Amino acid sequence: MTTAITDGWTMTRRNMLHVVRAPEELILYFSLPIMFVLVFGYVFGSGMQVAGGGNYREFLLPGVFVMTMLYGLGATATGVALDLSRGVVDRFRSMPMARSALMTGRSAADLLRALLEMSTLLVCGLLVGWQWRLGVGKALLAVGLLLLLRVAITWVGIYLALLVRNPDTVGVIVFPAAFPLTAISNVFVSPELMPSVIGAISEWNPLSATVAAIRELFGNPGLGGDSWPAEHAMLLAVLWPVLLIAIFAPLAVRRYRRLSR
Amino acid sequence: MTTFDVVAEGLGKRYGPTRALDTFHLAVPAGTVYGLLGPNGAGKTTAVRILTTLLRFDSGTASVAGYDVLRQPDEVRARIGLTGQYAAVDETLSGRQNLELFGRLFRLGRGAARRRADELLERFGLSEAANRSAGEYSGGMRRRLDLAASLIRTPRVLFLDEPTTGLDPRSRNQVWDLVRGLVTDGTTVLLTTQYLEEADQLANRISVIDAGRVVAEGTPDELKSMTGGDRIEVVVRDPAALTRAAGVVAPICGVEPAVDPEIRRLSVPVADRVAGLVDVVRALDDAGIAVEDIGLRRATLDEAFLYLTGHRPDETGEPVGAGRKAGVA
Repeated sequence: MTTAITDGWTMTRRNMLHVVRAPEELILYFSLPIMFVLVFGYVFGSGMQVAGGGNYREFLLPGVFVMTMLYGLGATATGVALDLSRGVVDRFRSMPMARSALMTGRSAADLLRALLEMSTLLVCGLLVGWQWRLGVGKALLAVGLLLLLRVAITWVGIYLALLVRNPDTVGVIVFPAAFPLTAISNVFVSPELMPSVIGAISEWNPLSATVAAIRELFGNPGLGGDSWPAEHAMLLAVLWPVLLIAIFAPLAVRRYRRLSR
Repeated sequence: MTTFDVVAEGLGKRYGPTRALDTFHLAVPAGTVYGLLGPNGAGKTTAVRILTTLLRFDSGTASVAGYDVLRQPDEVRARIGLTGQYAAVDETLSGRQNLELFGRLFRLGRGAARRRADELLERFGLSEAANRSAGEYSGGMRRRLDLAASLIRTPRVLFLDEPTTGLDPRSRNQVWDLVRGLVTDGTTVLLTTQYLEEADQLANRISVIDAGRVVAEGTPDELKSMTGGDRIEVVVRDPAALTRAAGVVAPICGVEPAVDPEIRRLSVPVADRVAGLVDVVRALDDAGIAVEDIGLRRATLDEAFLYLTGHRPDETGEPVGAGRKAGVA
């Protein structure tokens, strides 16, 4: 057990060293949400409505926070796939280290990375006029929900990498899959303003649950409608990620074990 | 009594209908270099992956450094080093960071991991490049770093899976020297290679494997002598005299010589090297055949390999006519 923790921490530090030594990848992942803030907040934003009224940029920022968590999927999956393709995983597996460390180390490092991304984004948000209106306690709770979502996404990413293996393929899959997930959600547009079927899908989208919950906790506009998922956003923002972890963590562990077949 | 550091008995591994390994036997005496020689796809890497606990097998038993590979994998892992065909290092981290990382995972304390990293960097000639990303290293440097990573806790058994594939001759010689040094220090080495010269240079004993089975086993000299041992080679001055020369030589050696008209050469196996040579020289002289060159040549491992497996070591292609399968030695 203690070796699982020390080895997990060693692997966490390894993944963090990657960020320090190759920061250009992190910058790429930062540039995307910032671009979305600028394009949607300033270019399209003037034509955007928020259901129930309110400032569009203030509506948009929580959506971009969640989107950033989602795009972490790319970083996780390519990182794991690169390890697998370069044979460095074989080296780890031939060493007397805890089997779990590869995955726990990845998960912990990605969480730390998400924390870094979140802090930067919060500052960017403040710069464009977004703010939290209901106190620091609720704001921290909102950050907690975001990180919970990121943990769930990490496990999906680890599983995806073990399934696909080829880092180039992983990169090609992630972004086309991630964009519709954000488009058909409440990230950019209130579901009440969408055609009814798409609106319903958007409301049940796991991302929408977190977005709605943190809008509520930050006191930002756009608390959508009176549908069941909209009214139970807080509950779903916990349940969805927990469900994803419960599904994908065991799947990933099983795939990892199957490397020895 | 000889102790064996790697023992495999009747190992079998299937991938669907394909038998990657088929009743594979191996016994590597402690403190020696043992070569696994075979063409691509013969099962060399499968064997190494099984013995290093990376891959499960379907039948048979295997032990490394005295521990059962299946039941005591952690004991095995604590005593082995593995360097594969593809340098398994973290390409983003520097050489030093790589070695420190692996040191920590081998349960060295922070200070000890750092000192060991410095020692290994020095010994493998990587001190100057210590802080550069491993991804920027040349192929030879990366392979040396990979080897260094396998030696953090001096392993009792070192597995080298085609350690010099893709290296230039100079880097190859460096790796060979490092391996020789390790064996002097008491490490047992299991080496897979498709370069016969490499096996000849390094290995005390060799198993030739083909299609997942051991087809021959012995010292390099024993394997070479399986092809019939020594040969006499004669180059005649006049191409027209080649057939006549073959006719003169055949009764002496009791075998029809192989003739290569392009280089005006005939080649024939001989039982008693010295007497055979004297007789051939005399007979050719009596027949008035002008000889440009004549000599005795020991069989190469290449010929042994071709003879044993039916194909050349660097190809997986169809067997060529001359070959024949030998039984398990």
